[in-house]
Amino acid sequence: MSDITKQSLSELVKNIKDKKLSSEEVTKAFINRSEKSKELNAYITEDYSSALDKAKKFDQKPNLELKLPGIPMAVKDLFCTDSIRTTAGSKILNNFVPTYESTVTQNIWNEGAILLGKLNCDEFAMGSSNETSFFGNVQNPIDKNLVPGGSSGGSASAVAGQLTPITIGTDTGGSIRQPASFTGIVGLKPTYGSCSRYGIVAFASSLDQAGPMAQNVKDCALLQEVISTYDPKDSTSIDFKRNEYSKELTNNIKGKKIGIPKEYRVEGMPKEIEELWQKGIQYAKDCGAEIVDISLPHTSYALPTYYIVAPAEASSNLARYDGVKYGFRAKGENLTDMYEKTRSEGFGAEVQRRIMIGTYVLSSGYYDAYYLKAQKIRKLIKNDFDEAYKKVDAILTPSTPSSAFKIGEKKDDPVSMYLNDIFTVPVNLAGLPGISIPAGHDAKGYPLGLQIIGKAFDEQNILNIAYAMEEKINFKNKITDWWIK
Amino acid sequence: MVVCDIFKYHMSIDLKTIKHISKLSRISVDEQKAEKLAGDLNSIFKFIEKLNELKTENVVPLTSVAETTLKLRSDEIKSKDIRKQILKNSPQDNEDYFVVPKVIE
Repeated sequence: MSDITKQSLSELVKNIKDKKLSSEEVTKAFINRSEKSKELNAYITEDYSSALDKAKKFDQKPNLELKLPGIPMAVKDLFCTDSIRTTAGSKILNNFVPTYESTVTQNIWNEGAILLGKLNCDEFAMGSSNETSFFGNVQNPIDKNLVPGGSSGGSASAVAGQLTPITIGTDTGGSIRQPASFTGIVGLKPTYGSCSRYGIVAFASSLDQAGPMAQNVKDCALLQEVISTYDPKDSTSIDFKRNEYSKELTNNIKGKKIGIPKEYRVEGMPKEIEELWQKGIQYAKDCGAEIVDISLPHTSYALPTYYIVAPAEASSNLARYDGVKYGFRAKGENLTDMYEKTRSEGFGAEVQRRIMIGTYVLSSGYYDAYYLKAQKIRKLIKNDFDEAYKKVDAILTPSTPSSAFKIGEKKDDPVSMYLNDIFTVPVNLAGLPGISIPAGHDAKGYPLGLQIIGKAFDEQNILNIAYAMEEKINFKNKITDWWIK
Repeated sequence: MVVCDIFKYHMSIDLKTIKHISKLSRISVDEQKAEKLAGDLNSIFKFIEKLNELKTENVVPLTSVAETTLKLRSDEIKSKDIRKQILKNSPQDNEDYFVVPKVIE
């Protein structure tokens, strides 16, 4: 069967279940394409020979009842994988081999999937362009020298470039939705507490959430169904009744009330983003949804709030990297000197910047003025959503204020880089689910995404809206395979 | 002279402050890096200053979006015997211990 890598996850699962394809054939196809795609730099660690062994083993005694039977899959290198190097895109974890498996990846293997390798990402998931990775830039399959977004840039590039049928990323301020938007794929950030954080390299614990990235909404729903489980090993994992998202998926969204927040019409936003949004509103109407104007008055405070809360939590989480028990160690004259040199040489510039911001806002004399203030404004941002959800079932916004930009374009200006996440960050601060779906192209032919934000634990609803709109939008990603010689 | 409220908290972060934060963060910085960091942090804090527009005296801070009480687990040993694998990750191992630079003279 030709063009295996062009098939969606759902098609591959069906073909394996119908015995039209073996896991080995599918795995080989994705390995071959991944090997021809080194220029994308999507992988940090490849695990191909072990993947092939697992595929052969699966084929000998295939369990076709599983949800991901013999499906090969690469994952973001922020998920700890037992006995396989996990770097978080950092020099400081360059040689770290976990002795345990993250719950989310374990759930995936339990359903029959096979690890292809670990995907590139911004260092400790801090970045919006994948340029902060110790392992180098990732290329966007859409065009040469274009960033894939970040922090799950390797994941987005690998799905859009068909190096993996599906993947998982993590999203602290937009790290699934923004790269999904930049590469023309679907990405879901679930409700905080939906997917276990156990075994995920921590960045900002009150915001971090794992989620699926896929070529279409149905595949995304299936993977969400697999990864979302209650986990006693994560004290913030929430025990709620989870849907069978893919089975319950419907394009009937008649009468659903969809809110349009006026504050997302930001100054300097390109005309094509506004046009995309208007088109999205029309698609939603065509699907039978009712459009309601709403207000989220504290939207413009979300990014500054995020840049206090996230670095504060990061400075605390990253205190563990001291060169003692694992990871990189620099030589020092004494213990303190060793710590300081290890962290100075082991962390990249953006991570150091954020640790310093976090340390400053938590330091004596500044805590109330910055951290406590930010927590209070975080409450106001969440209240805005609570108020809005009295009137609407979901909210529709653009995913990002622009399409993908060139590698190097924003690297030296942290604030302009941070502005990428202006539409995604409020969702993390409020702990809500949000999904980005590809919805059109700009004048350069680069993909643009729309975001649907839901009520907490209402993933099914936003998946349904996304599914209905996807059908109307009928988006075709323009991938030319430019990187394959 | 009236000092505008917006500048109340944020004085420009100088090199001395950078050195202090770097000490607290256990990240060594030389002069050149300190100057770069001071510039970056000042532009970031200028951006963060926007929060001072809001009055928040009566707002209850949000510490967790997960409205759940923390559950306790029973204290059982579940891990495997992985001592060797754990020590293998150590940058400098000595069979049974993690080794650090000498701390006692």
